[in-house]
Amino acid sequence: MTIVTAPPELDKTDTSTRPRRSRARWIILAVLLVLCLLVVAPILVVVLNAFKTPADYASNGPLSIPESISFQGIVDFWERVDFTRKLLNSLVTALSVAVLGVLLSVLNAYALGIGRVRGRVWFLVFFLVANLLPQEVLVYPLYYISKALYLYDSPVAIIIIFTVIQSAFGTYLLSSVYDEFPRELLDAAAVDGAGKWRTLFGVVVPVSMPTLGVLFTFFFIWTWNEFFLPLIFLVSADNQTVPVALAVLQGDRLMDATATSASALVGILPAVLFFLIFQRTLTRGIAAGAIK
Amino acid sequence: MSQKRQGGYAPFLIPGIVASLAVIVVPLVMTVGISFTKWNGVTDPQWIGFDNYTRLFGDANFWGSFGHILLLIVAMAVIPTLLGLVLAAVLFDYVAKVVGDRWARILRSGFYLPQVLPVAVTGIVWVWILHPSYGALNRILDSIGLGSLGRDWLGDPDWALLSVMFVMIWFQLGYPVVMFMAGLQRIDPELYEAADLDGASWWQRFRAITVKLIRPELYVVLVTTTIAALKIFGQVYVLTKGGPSNATLVPSYFAWQNYFQKAQVGYGSAISTVLTVIIVILAFVFLRLQNRESAK
Repeated sequence: MTIVTAPPELDKTDTSTRPRRSRARWIILAVLLVLCLLVVAPILVVVLNAFKTPADYASNGPLSIPESISFQGIVDFWERVDFTRKLLNSLVTALSVAVLGVLLSVLNAYALGIGRVRGRVWFLVFFLVANLLPQEVLVYPLYYISKALYLYDSPVAIIIIFTVIQSAFGTYLLSSVYDEFPRELLDAAAVDGAGKWRTLFGVVVPVSMPTLGVLFTFFFIWTWNEFFLPLIFLVSADNQTVPVALAVLQGDRLMDATATSASALVGILPAVLFFLIFQRTLTRGIAAGAIK
Repeated sequence: MSQKRQGGYAPFLIPGIVASLAVIVVPLVMTVGISFTKWNGVTDPQWIGFDNYTRLFGDANFWGSFGHILLLIVAMAVIPTLLGLVLAAVLFDYVAKVVGDRWARILRSGFYLPQVLPVAVTGIVWVWILHPSYGALNRILDSIGLGSLGRDWLGDPDWALLSVMFVMIWFQLGYPVVMFMAGLQRIDPELYEAADLDGASWWQRFRAITVKLIRPELYVVLVTTTIAALKIFGQVYVLTKGGPSNATLVPSYFAWQNYFQKAQVGYGSAISTVLTVIIVILAFVFLRLQNRESAK
């Protein structure tokens, strides 16, 4: 692995290599485009087939352009599983967790990052470990406890559990941000006679809004995509979230190729929508180390 | 003034402490406790000491599930990191500079797309694409005259794990690309210019500057993807249900089976406890390595 394997200088501004450079440039771009297309291909195949009739699929296969745009598969699927209901369930859960999770993270991080309460290192280690735990190691007692509290098969249990799980990550991240919070701002608030609560909501929260936005976005998308706990906790059809509803239907006798594509399309669309809306926040967040 | 600020923040921590106790600490302690019992989830648990653990170490499925995880770490951590490193470097300092920033951003989004879709839904898509009779992949192979290569990708015990690994590479690739591209933004362009003046080749620059300076991101990506591989559940549930004949069994699915299908809650708890211990140890080893690295 030494210099011998090195490709000819791609970036040198030597004019004599221009033709080779431009060819190399197109080859590299083409390879990247093909790779990227391969990554996106499964989604494209879904879009292509979601609008076909089963007969069209049977005779022309998965890669043909639909003979006519048919919304029948999507409409059938939507009505059969009451998809509006699943969308609402997912929306309510993800939104509640995002709001409550950010709030809990802020409270924790205010005490740990700005307040530097005693034992903060140990709290941070705890939140770090909590963030690492596989959900399998919590699930059975949570299942048992929620049954005892009549919270089983209720979105409330899922909202509470994910609020805490996500805020473990949020606390860890936000504490390191608040660690470096400009002291002058806190001092100024204190001079103005603001108490701790007013400082928190009048100074700290507004100033750290960009970071909170990132956290909110991540919590929302993570919760929307969560599968393991919702699968176990939300057993009745009325309470299922989108991923659970789709996974449970899988293998159903009515789910042929076009119905599967239609269901996958409606399952993917909200996520793609968030992705497009939050794209900037997401990339900024990933850069800030907001990762899981 | 700063003295006064020291006290009085503890109340803000109370909701967090209460919630963490209820949702994390108590269930964690309970699971560890249950792992020393025989319990079907209904009648009273029965204390059996370390029996679950001795059974675990003699259980071929347990070892099998961890063996599969090693391969999934290759598919989810090692391959995406290596590929992602090259892709990020090419996108950042070739495509962005020579072709345009726009293209680099578009390609990056393309690679990242699978990461934002619900795993259960992309799993369904892959099940359909890889389906033996009506799946897109076999249809494509047929139409280009390679029909003999077609097979039951997820149903053949020899191929199921490979197919799952392939899907996981697809799923995971975008994460290192985005992380590394973010890290590359930190690098002082003058370093590259200096390397160019010295006549360094692209590859030399890649090794001496790029890889060295994004070490922090490399560590983060390797830790998080390795841990994600250890925790994998959703994809396996949707793609193969651990089958065929346990060819794709993974620890979390194995634990789930014992909890909710076999009513062996004690045994499932033991599996989860072992998995948790491995993850926590691994994370701390990585952290130590990283600290030692950054202390240099």
